[in-house]
Amino acid sequence: MNRLLYVFLLSLFYSSAHAALNVFACEPEWAALTQELAGDKVSIYTATTALQDPHRIEARPSLIAKARRADLVVCTGAELEVAWLPVVLRESGNATTRLGGTGYFEAADFVKMLEVPTRLDRGDGDVHARGNPHIQTDARNFLPVADALSKRLMQLDPANAGEYQQRLAVFNTKWRAALSRWEQQAIPLNGMPILVQHKGFPYLTDWLKLKEIATLEPKPGMEPSAAHLSQVLNTLQKQPAKMVLRAAYQEVRPSAWIAQRAHLNVVELPYTVGGSDKATDLFGLFDDTLARLLKGSQ
Amino acid sequence: MRKQISTSAAIAALLFQSVTATASNNVNIDNAFNPAFSLILSGLYGQLQQAPGAATGFAMNPAPSHEQGFNLGESEMGISASIDPQFRGAATLALDPAGGLSVENAFVQTTALGDGMNLKFGRFFSSLGYLNEVHAHAWDFVDQPLVYATLWENQLGEDGVQFKWLAPTDAFIELGVEMGKGRGFPGTERAKNGSGAGVLFAHIGNDIGVEHSWRLGASLHQTRRVDAKSTDVPDLAGNVVTNLFTGDSRTAGLDFVWKYSPNSNVRDSYVKFQSEFFQRKESGDLTYDTAAVSNGTTTDTFSVIQSGFYLQGVYQFMPRWRVGARYDRLDAGVAQVGALNAGNVISDYAYTPTRTTLMLDYSPSEFSRLRVQFADDQSRQSLKDNQFFVQYIMSLGAHGAHSY
Repeated sequence: MNRLLYVFLLSLFYSSAHAALNVFACEPEWAALTQELAGDKVSIYTATTALQDPHRIEARPSLIAKARRADLVVCTGAELEVAWLPVVLRESGNATTRLGGTGYFEAADFVKMLEVPTRLDRGDGDVHARGNPHIQTDARNFLPVADALSKRLMQLDPANAGEYQQRLAVFNTKWRAALSRWEQQAIPLNGMPILVQHKGFPYLTDWLKLKEIATLEPKPGMEPSAAHLSQVLNTLQKQPAKMVLRAAYQEVRPSAWIAQRAHLNVVELPYTVGGSDKATDLFGLFDDTLARLLKGSQ
Repeated sequence: MRKQISTSAAIAALLFQSVTATASNNVNIDNAFNPAFSLILSGLYGQLQQAPGAATGFAMNPAPSHEQGFNLGESEMGISASIDPQFRGAATLALDPAGGLSVENAFVQTTALGDGMNLKFGRFFSSLGYLNEVHAHAWDFVDQPLVYATLWENQLGEDGVQFKWLAPTDAFIELGVEMGKGRGFPGTERAKNGSGAGVLFAHIGNDIGVEHSWRLGASLHQTRRVDAKSTDVPDLAGNVVTNLFTGDSRTAGLDFVWKYSPNSNVRDSYVKFQSEFFQRKESGDLTYDTAAVSNGTTTDTFSVIQSGFYLQGVYQFMPRWRVGARYDRLDAGVAQVGALNAGNVISDYAYTPTRTTLMLDYSPSEFSRLRVQFADDQSRQSLKDNQFFVQYIMSLGAHGAHSY
């Protein structure tokens, strides 16, 4: 009995002691990127899934417990996690991963932000002061983020710096090759008119040169209303669109409603790793995103 | 008891600062460091059949704070910011409907102790129970459960120090201790050195799969009450008298929360179930009828065990819409009354106060909520009340993260 208790206590304290760094990733895409860059040198906990709205996560006890033991917190930033992460980090009592600490990493610091509002008024909906935070839909953004994240890993775990360096080089080569493949595939999508359910795709449309005609949410974060949807229908009569994009975590009904009336294709995008069966890693995420867009454009 | 401050100037200054900060967009360096500022505007309409009062058997406790007709409810201002790399400060100022500000919270928190340690000092809501720390704008009902209204005067606020420690485990295990002045009920403010009230609490919690999460808590509260005055207390002769109590008050509590959400996507739908139980033992001396309206003042021993619990569930059945139900129950206990007061003080009220509440709310956005609530209140013997409320809760400015 005593021995059992001892083993139990040991397992509580040392359950992930074999890995050098404990990483708390806010979103699955950053967990996947960290995995590419660090392999078995890290043990990663992913705080959210592709089926959750990353704006609306609860500061659950489990998240606080995981953040307590993290050496590095990797998040999107730009206020995407503002409704839950500050509480999680504060309650975790972890001095290295607090906002601004060496163990706190925001991907949005390293990419060019789009849709930075010129005025801040909640009358415009749930806008983010630093710009649209959904940066992971442009595959090009992973290059600068990978570079910065790799540097941070080396800083926190200098003993394995060589391996991080090598993994970064491998990732960069593979990613550049994949980028030119995806951009080649996306040529037919050039200038294609689309609708989006939430203002969640500006980086994707910027990258693949899609043309966003309208948004189903009347304002960012507001549920699509019947009145607004019929307004969108009117717009479509003047400016027809080919498809309507929806992230895997978003409600099915609004895009299905508009698709039926305006004879559009609904394209459900994985949005992040785990958002579809094929999006098992970052490469799969964009392979599947491209495949779904191309299918929707037929 | 609450500190009144001259208000309009303070509000105007704060509003002006935050407005200029937004407009000038970091041009003025002094404004760039402005703290996060938020304003909660909340108001209420109450339709009650009975004038509000304390539950039967709880005349020496606070009454639920209901008001008839239109009233301003719980409007409050919140200001928070990092102070330096070591500290964070936060204050919540409640706007009293009658005018004036009262300091609800004003505390400093450490941010860099590490090793799972957090220290908080100043004025704060105690971490006992589950609902005690939750601010009024985040309540799931218009009012607090009866057990909170009666045993904690809605929420236990304390002037003091809190230390808590989070274990480095996979599951959430948190232990905490508080020492304070004993400011909020059942404490009585006294001029003395040392600690006037203490709290111990423990919380454990975790997820079950992706869709379920839970937290279980236990807490103990201890204070000494000195000359705690209760007015309008019924006695055996049928008079309404004023009593004084001096003695020890110990309260133990258990709380449980369970949440479920399909795919854990709380934006679409979720279920939240919670329950809390508190039991308080008070023992000391009771001075009966200080105003001597009846037979005259007498003092003798008095002890009683009071308890209460609530069960509640809230269901968000589609985005923006939630329904909720709550059941409240109190037990006034049977008091042990010393011989001198045996003919004066009621020891057994032989009545079980209960209340059943239904709620429906609608949130046009994350920053606004409208609510209707109906309660079948049987907390007072032969004064059954049907209570109907309409409420709005609006949040302006910085919108801080909510805890679990």
